[in-house]
Amino acid sequence: MTEPTKEVSPYDHQSLSRGAFIKISVVAGVGLTLGVSWRATQTPDLPFSDAAFVPNAYLRIDTDGSITILVDKAEMGQGVSTALPQMIAEELDVPWADVTFEFASAHDAYGMMVTGGSTAVMESWEPLRQAGATARWMLREAAAQRWGISSELLATRDARVCAPDGSELTYASLASEAAKLQAPNKVDVKKPSEFRLIGQSLPRLDVEAKSTGQAVFGIDAGPPDARVAVIARSPVFGGRLRSFDSSAALAIAGVDEVLEVQSGVAVVAKGYIEANAGRDALVLDWDEGDAALFSDEQLYEALRDGAQASGHTVRDDGQAAQILNESSNAISATFRFPYLAHATMEPMNCTAWVREGRCTVWAPTQFANGPAILGGGARQVAADAAGVSVEDTDLHVTFLGGGFGRRAERDFVQEAAELAGKINGPVKVVWSREDDMRHDFYRPASWHELRATLDADGRPEAWEHRMASQSILQRLVPGWIPRPAARFAGKHDPTSTEGASDQPYAIPHVLMTYKRVDLPIPVGFWRSVGHTHTGFVVESFIDELAHKSDHDPYEYRRALLRKHPRHLGVLEAVAEAADWNSRPPEGRGRGIAVVESFGSYVAQVAEVSVQNGVPRVHKVWCAIDCGTVLNPRIVQAQMESGIAYGITAALYGEINIRDGRAVQGNFTDYQMLRIGQMPEVEVLLVPSGDAPGGVGEPGTPPIAPAIANAIFTLTGQRIRTLPIRL
Amino acid sequence: MASFSVNGEHREVDIQASHPLLWVLRERLGLTGTKFGCGIGQCGACTVLVDGAPTRSCQTPVGSVEGSEVTTIEGLAANGLTSVQSAWIEEQVPQCGYCQSGQIVSATALLNARPRPTDEEIDQFMAGNICRCGAYTAIRKAIHRAAELEEDRVSGDEV
Ligand code: FES
Ligand code: FES
Repeated sequence: MTEPTKEVSPYDHQSLSRGAFIKISVVAGVGLTLGVSWRATQTPDLPFSDAAFVPNAYLRIDTDGSITILVDKAEMGQGVSTALPQMIAEELDVPWADVTFEFASAHDAYGMMVTGGSTAVMESWEPLRQAGATARWMLREAAAQRWGISSELLATRDARVCAPDGSELTYASLASEAAKLQAPNKVDVKKPSEFRLIGQSLPRLDVEAKSTGQAVFGIDAGPPDARVAVIARSPVFGGRLRSFDSSAALAIAGVDEVLEVQSGVAVVAKGYIEANAGRDALVLDWDEGDAALFSDEQLYEALRDGAQASGHTVRDDGQAAQILNESSNAISATFRFPYLAHATMEPMNCTAWVREGRCTVWAPTQFANGPAILGGGARQVAADAAGVSVEDTDLHVTFLGGGFGRRAERDFVQEAAELAGKINGPVKVVWSREDDMRHDFYRPASWHELRATLDADGRPEAWEHRMASQSILQRLVPGWIPRPAARFAGKHDPTSTEGASDQPYAIPHVLMTYKRVDLPIPVGFWRSVGHTHTGFVVESFIDELAHKSDHDPYEYRRALLRKHPRHLGVLEAVAEAADWNSRPPEGRGRGIAVVESFGSYVAQVAEVSVQNGVPRVHKVWCAIDCGTVLNPRIVQAQMESGIAYGITAALYGEINIRDGRAVQGNFTDYQMLRIGQMPEVEVLLVPSGDAPGGVGEPGTPPIAPAIANAIFTLTGQRIRTLPIRL
Repeated sequence: MASFSVNGEHREVDIQASHPLLWVLRERLGLTGTKFGCGIGQCGACTVLVDGAPTRSCQTPVGSVEGSEVTTIEGLAANGLTSVQSAWIEEQVPQCGYCQSGQIVSATALLNARPRPTDEEIDQFMAGNICRCGAYTAIRKAIHRAAELEEDRVSGDEV
């Protein structure tokens, strides 16, 4: 394979994460306007606002003193509607209590509006601080002109400009004058030592609305008189509708219309219950297609064959294959992971209204806007589905009742807009929990075969990792850009191998291969993506090698991570907090793991017991280095959240496939962690002063291997299949 | 015709007695603070109080609340934030927030029954409320905090 020119370099990097999607738009020359367009006055380039001072797309200051920050990322619990305003407020020098926020509607001024890969804070760090600093510069300049003195003499604080003689002008009083000024190209932002808001556990801006029932989620949004639709989708993945009979459905009181849409048959009714009753009464004839012959048995057979076949070489340092083939005492292990559903607390839904050539959409989406060349974000998809132009499409983003990658898909927006284009009046498409679980884009199932040899000191000498899975990018990219798509076809998917291809341990000979296996089940990004399985494989196998060579698993890792200070930093911090060398309480075992993902480093120690074959996690110590910490309490909450998500997957998570259908449908058979199973969590922040890394996902990968490694110390059993069954 | 009281107001809705209360609240009365999560009584997102008792509204036929007093998340704060809501804000509990109406209503019922619950009692009582974001540690803390706030409030009233 010929390797990349500079032009496609974002694809070339070993860890193409979702962050790289953002780079794609730069590559394609579509213009990533995270670099704000610096205009003092309102222009058609900015979303409409009647506020007095609109220095850029992120900020509005009005003469009544109101300061509104526009959040162009999706708030799905991870705290962006606090963290992003925090950056602007810092540079703007305004009191936190004065700041309010709104979600930005889809608009090209924000470029790619995609929230995923834990990139929201990373991507916004420079541009949003610039946005705040520029506005402050203009307000100061306006005051200087009014007073007729040099702006250099003026300071700003608490939404005021202050002169050396003690006189002050409020931002509100300067807003109209500032709006007339030419914005500077670039201004200096604060040094970390000058931060007053960044680094503080400021209260979240969304918490009161979420404690009083006032927060508007997708399912609550839109015109109150919208009709409700549910859609009967093919029970088998990829099945096609042959015919349907709607007469019984239409006879049900409250059911108005039944019509075919791309994803199935929509029943439009007065309310959700009526629509569901109508759906139950439909007579549907599906051509189930080939997938109907596909079950778990075929799945794991295909993955195993894939891993054992010769895959694409992702990494080949030294002579791993040769050493392993010649060795008579190689250690080997096979790992297997199931499909996982996202199970966001709020089931998928979307509301749309097409009237007089305009389409209005209310969507809980992680991908509001994207250039057409990338297949577009939700706005473009809605426009296409409704048959109107993107300029005639308004897409309002709501709160998301969980995202975890599921809401980066556009299917739920497409069908709502398509349906709205076919009927009169606004319509809200609501998915039942069963719809949501059985029509997900699942975390891909995967198969991993590992082999290693040890040197005389018991350290790994050669390490081989052969992996097979479906490719998420393969599904996504062909619709995006032709050229990189061609590169991926049949080859590699960095979102599958991230965390394994770049595993950090000092091993002289490393070989990794990846085999893409195409299967009829839809796959997608699931909180922490490839790291959900690669983190488990690497951290379990390294632990196994440590035990096999009679080393302490913590010291073993330490010795192999000497050249990785940030891994070491969190590993040592967590070992100290957990008092690693002490004996755990009677009946409990401890396991350790460390994983870097999305720009952050996380090490965890889990303290676990096993009773009647059921593991229980009692306590987790978690150390994170996410560079500069924006809001410590949010980081802590995200670690707890990521750990809960990871424990749920480790102990319960599995979507089985039978005859081309997802077996599990609701929380009875796809269990969630409940409050009584939540361990005590102690979070340690190990800030390194680097630019902020992600926090939404990195808490998840280490917990499952930490639990499995703890179980090994109790039972002597190595866990190589998830979920854990003892 | 269903007739009952919601958040202190008498309501009459022309609907079948079997219609789940959740959807009557959300779609007919515009009270969208109560959430739909599973529809089968497994997640607690739809929890409301019926005559003070925590009730999964997705499993409650509206006919069964005839003449009852229903309290939703919107009704809790009729006279300012309750101790539970204040504690929720103080402890910064909500993440995505979708489960939180149900959590708060359940916690309110718990504290009415047990003004000073132990961790075990919290775990037991709140077991029916899933939080997919895993905000459980904060929920537990906030319930203890709400108990304190409520005690202060009551003793403050006495003084
Ligand atoms: S929606 Fe009622 S318990 Fe889940
Ligand atoms: S806060 Fe998101 S489900 Fe509880």
